[in-house]
Amino acid sequence: MSVDTKWTYDENYVREYSQNRGEPEWLTEQRIAAIRLAGELNLPKPEKTNIKTWNFTEFKHDPGEVSAIDSVDELHEDVQKLIDRSTEEQNLIVFRDGKPIYRTGSDHLQEQGVLFLDIETAARDYSDLLKKYFMGSAVDVDEHQLTALHVALLNGGTFIYVPKNVTVEAPLQTIYWQDNPEVGLFNHVIIAAEDNSEVTYLENYASFDREQSAAANIVSEVYVGQNAKVSYGGVDHFEKGVTTYVNRRGRVERDGYLEWALGQMNEGNTVSDNTTVLQGDGSHADTKAVSIGRGDQSQNFWTNIIHYGKNSTGHILTHGVMKDHASSIFNGVTQIKHGGTKADGQQTERVLMLSERARGDANPILLIDEDDVTAGHAASVGRVDPMQMFYMMSRGISRTEAERLIIHGFLAPVVNELPIQSVKERLTEVIERKVY
Amino acid sequence: MAGSTLKIQNLHVEIDGSEIINGLDLEINGGEIHAIMGPNGTGKSTLASAIMGHPRYDITEGSVHLDGKDVLEMEVDERAHAGMFLAMQYPSEISGVTNSDFMRSAINSSREEGDEISLMKFIKKMDGKMDELEIDQSFSQRYLNEGFSGGEKKRNEILQLLMLEPRIAILDEIDSGLDIDALKVVSKGINSMKSPDFGCLIITHYQRLLNYITPDKVHVMMQGRVVKSGGAELAQRLEEEGYDWIKEELGIEDEKVGEQA
Repeated sequence: MSVDTKWTYDENYVREYSQNRGEPEWLTEQRIAAIRLAGELNLPKPEKTNIKTWNFTEFKHDPGEVSAIDSVDELHEDVQKLIDRSTEEQNLIVFRDGKPIYRTGSDHLQEQGVLFLDIETAARDYSDLLKKYFMGSAVDVDEHQLTALHVALLNGGTFIYVPKNVTVEAPLQTIYWQDNPEVGLFNHVIIAAEDNSEVTYLENYASFDREQSAAANIVSEVYVGQNAKVSYGGVDHFEKGVTTYVNRRGRVERDGYLEWALGQMNEGNTVSDNTTVLQGDGSHADTKAVSIGRGDQSQNFWTNIIHYGKNSTGHILTHGVMKDHASSIFNGVTQIKHGGTKADGQQTERVLMLSERARGDANPILLIDEDDVTAGHAASVGRVDPMQMFYMMSRGISRTEAERLIIHGFLAPVVNELPIQSVKERLTEVIERKVY
Repeated sequence: MAGSTLKIQNLHVEIDGSEIINGLDLEINGGEIHAIMGPNGTGKSTLASAIMGHPRYDITEGSVHLDGKDVLEMEVDERAHAGMFLAMQYPSEISGVTNSDFMRSAINSSREEGDEISLMKFIKKMDGKMDELEIDQSFSQRYLNEGFSGGEKKRNEILQLLMLEPRIAILDEIDSGLDIDALKVVSKGINSMKSPDFGCLIITHYQRLLNYITPDKVHVMMQGRVVKSGGAELAQRLEEEGYDWIKEELGIEDEKVGEQA
């Protein structure tokens, strides 16, 4: 027990912070309980990655006054690139250091009864609804020190609520921009999609300072109702100094469908947990995640689908490119619980090594407690296939260009899934810059 | 412009230390179509791959020159830029890279920066060549050879041949696994390339491809070298009588070479 840890932010701080934001009492209470827990709990222990010395606790929590902007032109130029300015039908919130500073949204959303709000506003104006989902069945405050810290220090995020039978046509887009390099982001995203609803969400995390040390502690909860469909796209690109804990969880009811497309492009040390619970019969999850490791960064990716429902299907695809001295562990876990008859769980983990000094482990894990199921996995760690290179070069393509095409192709499963063209292009640019 | 000449002299090729080609001579000029025939395991495909620079093959002796330039000194992509092309027996599958992007990169690779083929021109050319080969238009947006049937892969190799317009092409068993209709389409494509500027080496087991493409010269390979050469009539005789008469004539007992022996 690390009871003697000295916290920069204590119970009094948390209480005052919550009250200043005008939060409902239940949230203040949860924060206070959480800061106590954080003092008692240990860090998570991701397999094969030692995170004990990582910085999860040194950062500035409150950025102070963050002013709103009137025009996209006032944003960092790389943030501007994420915004598709060619269309009117745009649902977008841009956050700077946790605070919403710019938003556009169609009136149509309001007419449909859809909520697309920053979490601070949601806590004030839709307290009961938020309470119903916040730290709900997808994630527990007392899992470990980082989940507890997350609740205690929550300072940004988004709440999305889609009522029954509503289809949201245009994607909902958020950009979480860490502008002040000292600020720690404790970002929380909730998507609650009621029965028969449909929504597509796309988020970007970005920072640009390479020197300053800070932490990001992110939790997403996605609740997919019966026969509902949620597409969740995420691109993480924090700079070197930011240590990231990111936990994206989903829970899918009967015949619901949750699809993840994650481009995990952080430059700093990262622990990622992406877990989907297929609760209902006939529920379906499709998880695709790609990443690039470079420099001396260390990353641990945990991708998990847990089947309870009969006839549930879960597919995992993880592709990682490793260069320099980077080290990444990719754990793919398919769990089929007793009673999940006719469930189908498939996973593929592939790691492409561009350097002999890099380390990449692909660990496919199948935990099956039911007989009548189908499950399979494929895993590989290797260098660029010399036969592929020979083939491409025999058409005149240079070695560098051939390798470039192969790498972009390797990461395409996620890039192609992203619903907004500008984000796709920006991700391609980031990949380009990271690999060369 | 006169055609190119590919000149292979006393070529020796090893794979993992065992010799597959031992002392092969061959000269292909622009305007000529050569066919190399022979039973399995006599080194035909090794020859094709080695000339193009396959990473597994070691050339231990001999030379390959294209218009006097030393091919063996060139990187694989430089061989392509010099005008060489290999239609492979087993083309690689490359996930996430569309046929169209691949073809465009290949075409632009031999052009100067700033002189890239325009997108419109490229699409027009690709669409035209796909029509010629009776390939569905959706093909260009599929990933390179991924999930292609054997026949689709072969057509794709010929599509690349027509798009890249090389000066010397080597077609390694382009006919295997094709039904008769596909064979006709593929042959038509190859015949459309015929010109004084185009030299071609066709490697095949079967005479039937040569019903549609008439070779100027036919060579028989055994034991890793050319043992007999002739005109189109040689292919005809091989079809009718098999290879035994050649073995008898030359006193060869086992036609295979190297590790396959």
